[in-house]
Amino acid sequence: MNAFAALPPKNYEVVPKTDESGAPIGELLEISMGPHHPSTHGVFRMDVVLDGETVVKLKPVFGYLHRNHEKIGENISYLASMPYTDRLDYLCSMTNNWAYALTVEKLAGLAVPERAEYIRVIMAELTRLQNHTCLIGFFVQDMGALGTPMMYAFREREKILDLFESVSGARMMCNYMRFGGVRVDVSDEWLAQTKKIVGDYGRFLDEFGTFLTENEILLGRTQFVGVLPRELAISASVTGPMLRAAGVNYDLRKVDQYGIYRRFDFKVPVGEHGDIYDRYMVRVLEMRESIKILEQALRDIPAGPIMDPKSKLRGFRPKAGEVYGRIEGPKGELGFYLISDGSPNPYRYRVRPPSFINLTILEDMCLGHKISDAVVILGSVDIVLGEVDR
Amino acid sequence: METLEQIKARIEKSVPLTQLDILPNECPAGERSLLVEAGRAFEVAKFLRDDAQLKLDYCSNVTGIDWPETVVKTKVKKKVLVEGVEKEVEETIETLRSGHLEVVYHLYSMAFKHGPVVLRLRTGNRADQTHLPSLTPLWRGAEFQEREIFDLYGVIFDGHPDLRRILMWDEFKDFPMRKDYVAPDDFEYEPTPHDEVLDAAKKHYPVEAGPEVNAGVKP
Repeated sequence: MNAFAALPPKNYEVVPKTDESGAPIGELLEISMGPHHPSTHGVFRMDVVLDGETVVKLKPVFGYLHRNHEKIGENISYLASMPYTDRLDYLCSMTNNWAYALTVEKLAGLAVPERAEYIRVIMAELTRLQNHTCLIGFFVQDMGALGTPMMYAFREREKILDLFESVSGARMMCNYMRFGGVRVDVSDEWLAQTKKIVGDYGRFLDEFGTFLTENEILLGRTQFVGVLPRELAISASVTGPMLRAAGVNYDLRKVDQYGIYRRFDFKVPVGEHGDIYDRYMVRVLEMRESIKILEQALRDIPAGPIMDPKSKLRGFRPKAGEVYGRIEGPKGELGFYLISDGSPNPYRYRVRPPSFINLTILEDMCLGHKISDAVVILGSVDIVLGEVDR
Repeated sequence: METLEQIKARIEKSVPLTQLDILPNECPAGERSLLVEAGRAFEVAKFLRDDAQLKLDYCSNVTGIDWPETVVKTKVKKKVLVEGVEKEVEETIETLRSGHLEVVYHLYSMAFKHGPVVLRLRTGNRADQTHLPSLTPLWRGAEFQEREIFDLYGVIFDGHPDLRRILMWDEFKDFPMRKDYVAPDDFEYEPTPHDEVLDAAKKHYPVEAGPEVNAGVKP
């Protein structure tokens, strides 16, 4: 890394390659990959230095979608930030809502009624299902399987988005949770429809698995590529499926047991090698566990109120203090850090974005691999630029 | 996990001559934090990471906070002689709290699954003494987050391997997350300005041109 630190920060520059004594032995090519490259999942740029086709230096460059979400959050009321959190990771608005609601509830000391807790778990696990399905579609597309697997994934994802739409009014920007509960109640028909979709999901995963999990090309492209060692993963604060694929059993649903996750019976899949294949497999197995949680939650959901009677939407002023709340989002630990000074707006509003921090070790995973592998490695990190740039 | 007082006592034993304070948190569900003087912060953090009982190997969240210079009003009761009789009078004392930037680290342990311990570091002021030691050599996960704090708050982390702007572009001058940041005047012409757009128009077009132009209707 340090050997190339002296390179000028320009793109498309051919720089001489030298051996240890300083004699020239060839040329290195510096490429700016992105920000409009289709594999970068948005506006993300990688400054790559190549030796032939091998990556010798890679610097992620981002901020193209930066709108200073945190500054906006400091200038508007607590509730007004809720729709903004939808736009962070725009594939998982439900879990973003939950993380923010959970933190404010911790700050203001609000309790959540039983039924609302169950609804939240159902929404979060549906979000996890559609996020992982979508990711696998994208990521197989990054390896060259253009179109078909992604369409299979999107077909299933659309069914879940229809469920979101019928309950919250929006497919992606749900804005569904409130401090102390959820916005609207779900009907019995909705629960029956969800049960049916969740029941069918296992069949779709079987089908997807038949085509992909033992596919020779997928094995060849992913096994022992982009290996993330266990120690580096812990030190670099990597969270979510990336961390568990590296062999660390750390799932906030088990560690913190926020909400009512204590009541459900599910396992945490853990990888062994920390390569791309493990990351893929951990996500597939996580979807199976999500289906288990969903089946239990849909079976046990009680009737009752969906809002804490103490919570109020207008004139909400929590007492002074600070709090950090976190949940296990589909991409990793999503945290919110709030400081209240007793006024209607937070004094400090901070988001701990999992995909931003998971990018820290992108260079370490890509060094020594081919440029086409760097694309797949980036795909396996699972970033959404709305959250990286904030 | 041990209480914060026990942790503080053990740090003072193994890292001598350290100034440590436990800051209260008025929110009952939130955590109290440990204020560490900047000069010894690296040693304290290293102790927290390597200690066999704590093993805080996971630095989850790094945050910057801006505290500008403010006047703090405190009410004090005083006994004053009024016409020969002693009376209690409430008096408001205004003290100037000096401004500083603050960096907060939330540390957890993946090995023992406990936490958090909240570390706070403060700079001398907001203008020229904004240096703090970087904890990236201890936790790699702080790398991008410290870069972000440098970018948005202007805290300079000594010992950071790659301290550049990360979200704003490299040529950008100011620090947008500071409380006194003024957004640039990127006013766009509007035919019928009103409310804050009218204020922006009045600011944008100078006064000399006369009242009809001054309304911001025409450039």
